[in-house]
Amino acid sequence: MAFSFTPGGGRGAHLHVSDFEDVTGKAFDRKITMQLLAYLKPYRREMIWGVFLMFVGSGLALLTPYLIKQAFDVHIATGDAKGLSLIALVTLAAYGLEMATTWQRSLTLQTVGNRILNTMRGELFAHYQRLSMSYFDKHGTGSLISRVLSDVGVINELLSQGLITMLSDIVMLVSIVAVMLVLNARLALLTFSVLPVMVVATVLFGRRARVAYRNTREKVSILTGRLAEDINAMRVVQAFTEEERMGNEFAQINRENRDANVEAAKLASIFTPSIEVLSTLTTGIILWFGGRAVSQDTVTLGVIVAFLSYTSRLFQPILDLSMMYNTWQSAMAGGERILGILAETPDIQDRPDALPLPDTEGHVEFRDVHFRYIEDTPVLQDVSFEILPGETVALVGPTGAGKTTIASLLSRYYDVSEGAILVDGIDTRDIKVAELRQQLGVVPQEPYLFGGTIAYNIAFGKPDATMDEIIAAAEAANAHDFIASLSRGYDTEVQEGATNLSLGQRQLVCLARVILAEPHILILDEATSSVDLRTEGLIQDALEKLMAARSSLVIAHRLATVQRADKILVIDAGRIVERGTHAELLEAEGLYAKLYVSQFIAD
Amino acid sequence: MQTILRVLAYVKRYWVAEAFAYLCMLGIAASRLISPKIIERIVDLGIEQGQADMLLNLVLLLLGLTLVTGLFRFGEGFLTESVSQDVSYDMRNEAYAKLQSLSFSYHDRAQTGQLLARITSDIERLRMLTGRGLLRLLDSLVLLVGTTVLLLRMNLSLALVSLAVMPVIFLIMRKYRSTQHPRFRDRQNKMAVLASRLEQNLYGMDVVRGFAQEQKEIERFGKVNKAVYDVSQAIVRLGSTVNPLVVLLASAGSVLVLWLGGRLVINGSLTLGQLVAFNTYVLQLVGPMRRLGFLVTGITEAQASGERVFEILDARSEVEDRPDARPLGHIEGRVAFEDVSFGYLADRPVLESVSFVAEPGQIIALLGPTGSGKTTITNLIPRFYDVTQGAITVDGTDIRDVTLESLRSQIGIVMQETLLFGNTVRENIAFGRPDATQEEIERVARAAAAHEFIIGFPNGYDTEVGERGVTLSGGQRQRIAIARALLLDPRILILDDATSSVDTDTELKIQAALDTLVAGRTTFVIAQRVSTVRNADLILVINRGQLVATGTHRQLIRESGIYAEIYHRQLRQDLSETEVA
Repeated sequence: MAFSFTPGGGRGAHLHVSDFEDVTGKAFDRKITMQLLAYLKPYRREMIWGVFLMFVGSGLALLTPYLIKQAFDVHIATGDAKGLSLIALVTLAAYGLEMATTWQRSLTLQTVGNRILNTMRGELFAHYQRLSMSYFDKHGTGSLISRVLSDVGVINELLSQGLITMLSDIVMLVSIVAVMLVLNARLALLTFSVLPVMVVATVLFGRRARVAYRNTREKVSILTGRLAEDINAMRVVQAFTEEERMGNEFAQINRENRDANVEAAKLASIFTPSIEVLSTLTTGIILWFGGRAVSQDTVTLGVIVAFLSYTSRLFQPILDLSMMYNTWQSAMAGGERILGILAETPDIQDRPDALPLPDTEGHVEFRDVHFRYIEDTPVLQDVSFEILPGETVALVGPTGAGKTTIASLLSRYYDVSEGAILVDGIDTRDIKVAELRQQLGVVPQEPYLFGGTIAYNIAFGKPDATMDEIIAAAEAANAHDFIASLSRGYDTEVQEGATNLSLGQRQLVCLARVILAEPHILILDEATSSVDLRTEGLIQDALEKLMAARSSLVIAHRLATVQRADKILVIDAGRIVERGTHAELLEAEGLYAKLYVSQFIAD
Repeated sequence: MQTILRVLAYVKRYWVAEAFAYLCMLGIAASRLISPKIIERIVDLGIEQGQADMLLNLVLLLLGLTLVTGLFRFGEGFLTESVSQDVSYDMRNEAYAKLQSLSFSYHDRAQTGQLLARITSDIERLRMLTGRGLLRLLDSLVLLVGTTVLLLRMNLSLALVSLAVMPVIFLIMRKYRSTQHPRFRDRQNKMAVLASRLEQNLYGMDVVRGFAQEQKEIERFGKVNKAVYDVSQAIVRLGSTVNPLVVLLASAGSVLVLWLGGRLVINGSLTLGQLVAFNTYVLQLVGPMRRLGFLVTGITEAQASGERVFEILDARSEVEDRPDARPLGHIEGRVAFEDVSFGYLADRPVLESVSFVAEPGQIIALLGPTGSGKTTITNLIPRFYDVTQGAITVDGTDIRDVTLESLRSQIGIVMQETLLFGNTVRENIAFGRPDATQEEIERVARAAAAHEFIIGFPNGYDTEVGERGVTLSGGQRQRIAIARALLLDPRILILDDATSSVDTDTELKIQAALDTLVAGRTTFVIAQRVSTVRNADLILVINRGQLVATGTHRQLIRESGIYAEIYHRQLRQDLSETEVA
């Protein structure tokens, strides 16, 4: 129950369990710190201004208790009413100035923080657009998302707030200690005797609070995850009449979440009063020893009042500083991850002298192509073939034979390990990646749509397309009829996971998207899952039209497609083992004939 | 107000603990009102007049009071938190149970994200209200009234002057909260947009690259990023102004006390100790003032949360057991639709006057374009929805007269969208019968052509589904779902597009296994392929919610034009069929 004459201290020292985020790892790494500090560079002036304001503010914060002491000792004690008015005015001015610096400082620093946050997010996102596809395969999308959302936040906290707060805390701590020592060394030392106990208490509490806090976080994320899953699965649960069991399981998880929170609350409920008792103990020491000294005339009443103010300002910096370790630790961990990503150089880059690619005729050649993701594990060996303008080449083979890899190489998602891929006789590595890909139209096996309207999705590859062009493309893709039948037509929002469109409808929209982009070469990974029969017919019809005028590379799963292909390449274990037309290959009675029998005429 | 009262009713069960918490709160308030008085005495008697004994006693009294208050604080903090956690625990269980009882039509309309937000964050907000929120509100009021009374009694004019800043602080805080809070929510929403942009970009990375849209995507993300920045800045600007402003106002009050009070001390109408005590009281008012401003708005928000939560709790299920519902005994599996009409919305019929009879053991194939009502028919049999007209009977009993549990436990269903749980393959297959033996599980897995790929996983049946490591293909998931349905050994089996994501080869395997398994069961199949239709005992051709033709393949191919057209134009033409044809 510290009492004081200054409102700043009136708030009291306070901590919450949630201040103790659990992290592991190094709290300081010079290299990472330097690299992170570089983000502050553009804001050098703001930072200097912030530090300046911090010093001024700290000075003023130290001054006011002293002014009040003077008021008590000099003016009130001697009955100097005029002097009292003056010093009251000065004190008010000092408060005013102090708050003005606080206001400016926090505005400046938090603005810097927001800017850095904005920059880092943008940088990461832009970098993701350049990183090789293999990077995504390796690291998983979830972790890349959390880099942008949470890691960036902890770094920002350290850079914009943590550093200055730490500096300000240290300055405050040192100067308060110094001022108190100057005012009265004996009383000061007696007061400080409580501080070690407080530090120990905070550290001990911090350790247990971290565990408790981690536990609550874990439990609530388990609870949320389970809830999300169960809400989605409610139909299955009802169909299988498992409501009771699922309800009990949920109650169990719910219970654990409750218990973890109560446990954490228990810790916090012990900690806050303990700190308060300690701070009253300090007050008691000052009053007892100081009071005795006043009656012996070795200390003035004003000193006691000033001491009470100063000590109340002493506790918050100590609590803050004991927290700093955590801030550093999370920032270092986050920084390491983010800088690691930014340092990753994309495998696929334009050569400095990369050529533009004018409209191609659609002549594609794979010349002795070898490819491996990892050294010594060849995925493709000696793949050579040609697609003449307007031809359809079908890739057939068992799962994992390398069909998808061939398609990915043509799009230059990866670079060949040996050999070359040529479009219109130009090595694809000599062409600007963006220009190459604009000439290619990819229809993936799983139709992927973005959030946004259907029109937006169709125009994805050609954002400046007019509504007429979009409708024309949808018509060509046989998608117009179903889109027009939706209540909001082309403005229908695609829901998360595109759940408001059927699989077949999504495929049609994807086709419209490709048609609008007017590619000269088509890469088609045929869907294996079937959609409803009518839509299937629409898709096939649109695909036929699309392929008719273009060179096409098709990963084929359907009989009709192979029968129609100009050339079939049979891929097995990364090699082309057979090639020819459907009829030729059947006659040859090789792998193709076998696949054909097992896949299409098993009964 | 009614909503808030209803929320508070949840506390009733824990009233003993809650009462103790409030007693502790009153104890703390009392000690905060008393301690400045002790300090006043310390200054006046102990220090100014130099009574050493008095000083020691008073200091010890102060310490003792703090210790007792510390205990109160622990009691208050711990008890309110426990009770409020109990309240949220109860609410969540209740909401969960409610969701389980609500029929499909509710879940069709509700969005997962919204339900999730209500059960997690809205209930959390109500918890805060029943816990610390209300306690702090009362605490603040007690302190406010108590302190004001004490100040007025100490010195009327000084009190009136120094209290002048308090209403201003209250108004500022209320305004602050009501302006800032929507911004916080706005930022949260914008962050959600940012997250989903990012997510979609990453999941659709091959599309982005395929269309060379990286630059455009960067621009689009930049816009969202900027929006987050803008709202954050608005928050920062207001936040960094209000806080110092309030502290400044409180300081001004304190300086007023020093100035006016100091003069009173000089002319002898106030003692030094009283001045110090007075100031302590004034500063002690700042906290409650700030909180009150906050809490008033907080209650309005809790009200909105409460309304959202109760909307779930009060939702009425359209499908419920009748009060006199009886369990359905072991059935033969005769399913009859008698003039059934149904619509999700009252004015939009999805099915009109559908009548047919499925004899025990028959295979019924449903055929028709998307949206014609095939899935609706299969959803009506387990009473996921209730018919709007007509009746469905199983073995002659209207399904609305029996308990849902007894009906559904005899029906196995494989839904269009395969949904598996995030645990092991074994647990997924055994979902409807958690006590199934390994042998039984393997038997149905074999029947669903799933056994082979399952034992191919390093952990076999103990492989976690959906977790990192092994992710299942669409076909594999479907086969597990088929096994799951088969394990129930149901009399009625419903396969809605059950083999849509498997390749031909696997489908034939499943088909072969099913042929033996469907024996003795009444099976409804939404047909995709020619072979399914040919094997069916009865084909129902549905178009626009009406049954346009029924019969076997042989009958229909001759008699029904629409069937012939669908058969030739729309069924998947596997090679096996073209060879035969």
